[in-house]
Amino acid sequence: MKYTVMVNEGPYQHQSSDSALQFVRAALEKGHEIFRVFFYHDGVNNGTRLAVPPKDDRLLQQEWSDLAKEHDLDLVICIAAAQRRGLMDPDEAKRQGLDADNIIEGFRISGLGQLIEGSIQSDRTIVFGD
Amino acid sequence: MATKKFMYVNRKAPYGTVYALESLEVVLIAAAFEQDVSLAFIDDGVYQIAKGQNTDGIGMKNFSATYNALGDYEINKLYVEKESLEERGLTEDDLMPIVWEDEDDDWAEKPSIRIVSRAEMADILADQDVHYSF
Repeated sequence: MKYTVMVNEGPYQHQSSDSALQFVRAALEKGHEIFRVFFYHDGVNNGTRLAVPPKDDRLLQQEWSDLAKEHDLDLVICIAAAQRRGLMDPDEAKRQGLDADNIIEGFRISGLGQLIEGSIQSDRTIVFGD
Repeated sequence: MATKKFMYVNRKAPYGTVYALESLEVVLIAAAFEQDVSLAFIDDGVYQIAKGQNTDGIGMKNFSATYNALGDYEINKLYVEKESLEERGLTEDDLMPIVWEDEDDDWAEKPSIRIVSRAEMADILADQDVHYSF
């Protein structure tokens, strides 16, 4: 089955990101296709490369990034939500005249249309949120 | 592109968190995709379409007028759960009179809000292809 996954909460504060990550891993293991993972609301914070949790804790952003690399996943951060929360890729940072970017490898920033298109193209949409 | 039934489930109060505002932003973008769009208002979500919202004291944007514009995007199915209203001491009169213009009926203004029971809401939700929960 083809899935689009929506992640609506940031890492650590809520379990949604962990659950989504585990769902995506399990779906891939069972041979399903993950068409896209779309990060919205505080979920965009799953795409920062500047998180440094304590060493005995998981690094969720890196886990998403590694999984994307391994399975060629399409991880999309909503641009409108990202702009509010200070998530920038190099292009967007330049466009906004900012002096830094902070997106981790494996994610890309794009519009809400990517979510709708994902839901149209996929058999199921699964939302992980509060 | 295939047409699917999209349901936006709004569960939270309009202010206090950003869910309602960002839900509405998805709805407006989605309108361009010509899908079958419905909105559900349950739990504190019913406050999102309450009349007379005023955010002067809290420094947040009052975006309630946007719900009135949904009809222009051919979004005219706003289901409101009766029990959620009652549990909060609200009636339909406490909600904004959101309407849409029916071009097949000489642009007559018709109500977009449909008050439904919890049981009816369950059936409506079951009938959708895609649910976004906010």
